[in-house]
Amino acid sequence: MTPTASSTASTAPGLGVLDDVVRSDSSLRRFLHGLPGVDQVGCEARAATLATRSVKTTSKAFAIDLAIRMVDLTTLEGQDTHGKVRALASKAMRPDPADPSCPPTAAVCVYPDMVATAKQTLGESGVHVAAVATAFPSGRAAMDIKLADTRDAVEAGADEIDMVIDRGAFLSGRYLDVYEEIVQVREACARPDGTSAHLKVIFETGELQTYDNVRRASWLAMMAGGHFIKTSTGKVQPAATLPVTLVMLEAVRDFREQTGRMVGVKPAGGIRSTKDAIKYLVMVNETCGEDWLDPDWFRFGASTLLNDLLMQRTKMTTGRYSGPDYFTLD
Amino acid sequence: MSRIDVRKTYKLYIGGQFPRSESGRSYVVNDAKGRLLANAARASRKDARDAVVAARAAFGGWSGRTAYNRAQVVYRVAEVLEGRREQFEAELRAAEGVSSGRARAYVDAAVDRLVWYAGWADKITQVVGNANPVAGPYFNLSTPEPSGVVAVVAPQGPLLGLVSVVAPLVVTGNTVVVIASEQHPLTAITLGEVMATSDLPGGVVNVLTGSQAEIAPWLASHMDVNGIDLTGVADPALAASLEVAAADNLKRVRRPAPDTDWLAEPGLDRMTHFLETKTVWHPIGV
Repeated sequence: MTPTASSTASTAPGLGVLDDVVRSDSSLRRFLHGLPGVDQVGCEARAATLATRSVKTTSKAFAIDLAIRMVDLTTLEGQDTHGKVRALASKAMRPDPADPSCPPTAAVCVYPDMVATAKQTLGESGVHVAAVATAFPSGRAAMDIKLADTRDAVEAGADEIDMVIDRGAFLSGRYLDVYEEIVQVREACARPDGTSAHLKVIFETGELQTYDNVRRASWLAMMAGGHFIKTSTGKVQPAATLPVTLVMLEAVRDFREQTGRMVGVKPAGGIRSTKDAIKYLVMVNETCGEDWLDPDWFRFGASTLLNDLLMQRTKMTTGRYSGPDYFTLD
Repeated sequence: MSRIDVRKTYKLYIGGQFPRSESGRSYVVNDAKGRLLANAARASRKDARDAVVAARAAFGGWSGRTAYNRAQVVYRVAEVLEGRREQFEAELRAAEGVSSGRARAYVDAAVDRLVWYAGWADKITQVVGNANPVAGPYFNLSTPEPSGVVAVVAPQGPLLGLVSVVAPLVVTGNTVVVIASEQHPLTAITLGEVMATSDLPGGVVNVLTGSQAEIAPWLASHMDVNGIDLTGVADPALAASLEVAAADNLKRVRRPAPDTDWLAEPGLDRMTHFLETKTVWHPIGV
């Protein structure tokens, strides 16, 4: 199942054994609070251990190219212009103009009003357009506004929608509200021709306080039919961290075991260097296996990361250190 | 009860910190009579890379300071060096086996050299800049600007040689990655301690110790280094290959100068060599 493939949007995601869970608020709460707690020390230690792996030479070259293909090249600033989005889209298609063997990124990630511009530039290049919708980044707006936001973005040609959950509702324990919100946004992602844009659900893990909450939010979003679960908006510190991503990776692995459905993971924010990106890739491989080592199932939400990946790539192909002067500022 | 010796571990000086070499390697440094003096860190290409990143990060802030302020900071380095002169004299006697009078003369010269260059910081623009006469209603002004990150292969002299190649680059606003003398690296690191405690921002001067034949090619080919000073390269074949590697991004190159008399008055060319001239046309009467 690729992000372009059609997937039917329906209220009953077909969870098999989990179908009963989402019938009522209390059953959902019982289920989420019944998930095993995260061992905080163990989780952080595991993430730190995996981060010590040394990846060199051909493996490193493979990892760098894979990481470039996984980047959602992002610009989410109030000062974004159409020109900047066009420049970013061009960069996504040919990240290193000096080297045709450099692969394109997975997607560009923009605000909904920039989708049409991005789509126009990207054309049939295969690079997707992801749009942040639902009153990003706070998610504080009325439901009909969030849905209209989503529909607008899909109509403008977005291939992927990044929604934010209502953290207030989640933290005060109104899990069914959050569930229904995700379901409704997923339905709003449907296109007239029966296909639908892929939905990424942003938790803003920096606001969820505990790893237990991250695990609960992951299951909630997966049960509601999200195609991807994403750590953060990039607007709140701390953004993506290795332990948080580990908890989410374990959740998607367990979810597939239980339901047979695969869900992607996207850490976003704070991943700036090739070294960091490779740590994440090691963790994906060790936690979920090779199935997830693919741009359809794992993404990096980043902007500065790409330049560092390109510098490292250039270092490996030319044998000399490169500098930031040789790559675009963005 | 006898006291246990407090032995010093000589490390690198990168970004205002004193890290061990990333490679974990070290090499033996002997005194003039061939006895063990200490172990020094043997920097790898990755230490050079880190040093360039630190120098690049420091460049904006350092070159953006007023020339007057850079003069004050370099003068402060001279002050702190003067305050620690006994330590430097002792190190010079041990490393080079020179007499105490000779060691004192070298430290004197190093302090004086710093003060001399500090004085130039806010004067060099007036000397090498210009208001050019042009046929039109414009002010036409040429001003020197620092090249950027400059890599330096320091000469063999443990203190005076090092000060004489680093100070002229720093006063003009460049940031520096210097490969210290392979034979006498310890004084360079002690000088790093002086710089770390004299208001010189971290990363403006970075000191690597180790094999110049190993590290210099990485700096010469580094695309984010704007100039390279080969003063301390003794091997002509190595110097030629470094110059070839430096051509890739059109670095400014200063050729080796093995027989320089460091006690002589230096002149301006060590400062002007790593300056770029910016010329601005400004309409008159607007």
